[in-house]
Amino acid sequence: MIELSGVTKEFIKPSGEVHTVLKNINLTIPKGEFVSIVGPTGCGKSTTLSLIAGFEQPSAGEVYILGEELQGMNPKAACVFQTENTFPWKTVIDNVSLGLRLRGVSKSESYDEARKWIARVGLKGFEGYYPSQLSGGMRKRVALAQCLIVQPEILLMDESFSALDVHTRHLMENELLRIWEETSASVFFITHDLEEAIALSDRVIVLTAGPGATVKGDYKIDFPRPRNVAEISFDPAFMKIHKQIWEDLKDEVMISYENANKLRVKSS
Amino acid sequence: MRTQTNSVSNPVNDTVVLRKAEVRRQAINLRIRNLSLQWSVFIVLMGTWQILSSNKIIDPFFFSSPFDIVKHIWTWVVDGTTAGPLYVQFLVTFEETILSFILGGIAGIIFGYLLGVNELLSVILGPYIKMINAIPRVVLVPIFILWFGLGMSSKVASGLVLTFFIVFFNAFQGVREVDRNLVNNARLLGATKRQLARHVIIPSALTWILSSLHTSFGFALIGAVVGEFVGATEGLGYLIAQAQGAFDTIGVFAGMVILSITALVADWGVSKLEKRFIAWRHIRQ
Ligand SMILES: Nc1ncnc2c1ncn2[C@@H]1O[C@H](COP(=O)(O)OP(=O)(O)O)[C@@H](O)[C@H]1O
Ligand SMILES: [Mg+2]
Repeated sequence: MIELSGVTKEFIKPSGEVHTVLKNINLTIPKGEFVSIVGPTGCGKSTTLSLIAGFEQPSAGEVYILGEELQGMNPKAACVFQTENTFPWKTVIDNVSLGLRLRGVSKSESYDEARKWIARVGLKGFEGYYPSQLSGGMRKRVALAQCLIVQPEILLMDESFSALDVHTRHLMENELLRIWEETSASVFFITHDLEEAIALSDRVIVLTAGPGATVKGDYKIDFPRPRNVAEISFDPAFMKIHKQIWEDLKDEVMISYENANKLRVKSS
Repeated sequence: MRTQTNSVSNPVNDTVVLRKAEVRRQAINLRIRNLSLQWSVFIVLMGTWQILSSNKIIDPFFFSSPFDIVKHIWTWVVDGTTAGPLYVQFLVTFEETILSFILGGIAGIIFGYLLGVNELLSVILGPYIKMINAIPRVVLVPIFILWFGLGMSSKVASGLVLTFFIVFFNAFQGVREVDRNLVNNARLLGATKRQLARHVIIPSALTWILSSLHTSFGFALIGAVVGEFVGATEGLGYLIAQAQGAFDTIGVFAGMVILSITALVADWGVSKLEKRFIAWRHIRQ
């Protein structure tokens, strides 16, 4: 479904230096798999997502979607961002139906479909509200419905739930799993929270600390589904795999922390 | 439980109704207080002015007085001005203002949008726009009068340049400030360039543009009046200039009062427009 082959991403700094964010990433995500990606802050998780979405082009290597090299925007993907997905000037129903309207579906038809999705994410009755009238959790539901209505084969999520309080977060995570299990979409889920990654995913990828981040670990998580994310963390098997991945991740977090300190010392 | 809360004569319900009424009364009281304070300030200021002027403590020739000004406006209304009926002067100035406001606004939005979305264009034209913007634009008014004559077009041109730059810079900034995530989200959902403009960039920039309209309407009025000042045959600015030429202080003040009222009414109209266009910002619960 998604294949990154020898992907490297460089940015040119204002000083003219080349900043290598990702280096030689090889990663294959099959259809319908829920993959989480963890790594220290600033290691290049969002950059990887941008490459899959087509917001950015790789400096070297290729991104393949369904075997075809990706050029421009990824037409199979939709993305839930960390901050805002909802357009503040559109009502809930206009936000949710947007994807269909952009594809030329008639207004009445896309509204009908949007009502179904609004109900599915539990926002029935809020169709005419503006995002500013909703809570953070409700806005996330709108964002989810907005993405899912176009039936993406790839759902990209960049720390989508990290701004929510823990109860709302568990609710949203369970809901995401419930809806996702009815689809055959692949999910590429970025988080800095290892527990969240394990609880949700079929597979957890650990990236090394930047610069030049690459894949360090690749763990299969085979807990049975459906899962309850609020309770799964009490499972001894969960703790075991958590410890195992954390050993891997810990080193990278330390490296990233030391790098940041070095930079601070240098600049002061 | 449910039947209890639904019944009207329920004591709990009654206190709620009472409390609501209380809150409403307090809000009304607050309004009355603010309004009466505002009016008191007006009355005290005008009263002082009138008393000082009537008792010759300040020279009525130079400072006039509220009563004389009202009287003067009344004669203008009833007998007309030296340049014809008052409403004609008003209409002329208003028409110049509206025209320059609309033309300057449209041009500002178009150029601001184009330069905002087009990196190359903004790089090429940026320095020139900064340069033109650095010229105090009232000095252009005499040139416009030479080019376009004493009629309406020279006033419209003056107001237009003043309006244009304000709206232009705001539209440009508005386009630049659009949230990257929202743009990416729309593109991923399949938006073409045109759809992106319609659904994301323009609505987002509209907040900036509309807030600039308040200021720019004032500037359109300034452009028109200054134009009339420098050379015209009718309009409120012309009226003031004439009064000034005749050492008629009362006339100058009367013209100023009419201009202020015009500006206030226009400001109120622009506020209405703003509420209508960005309803999403005003609907809060
Ligand atoms: N457009 C860009 N231009 C220059 N540097 C960038 C750009 N986007 C990201 N970076 C750099 O790439 C690195 C990784 O960023 P990111 O992918 O956002 O990390 P994270 O893993 O926290 O999501 C950071 O050091 C960041 O400064
Ligand atoms: Mg990130």
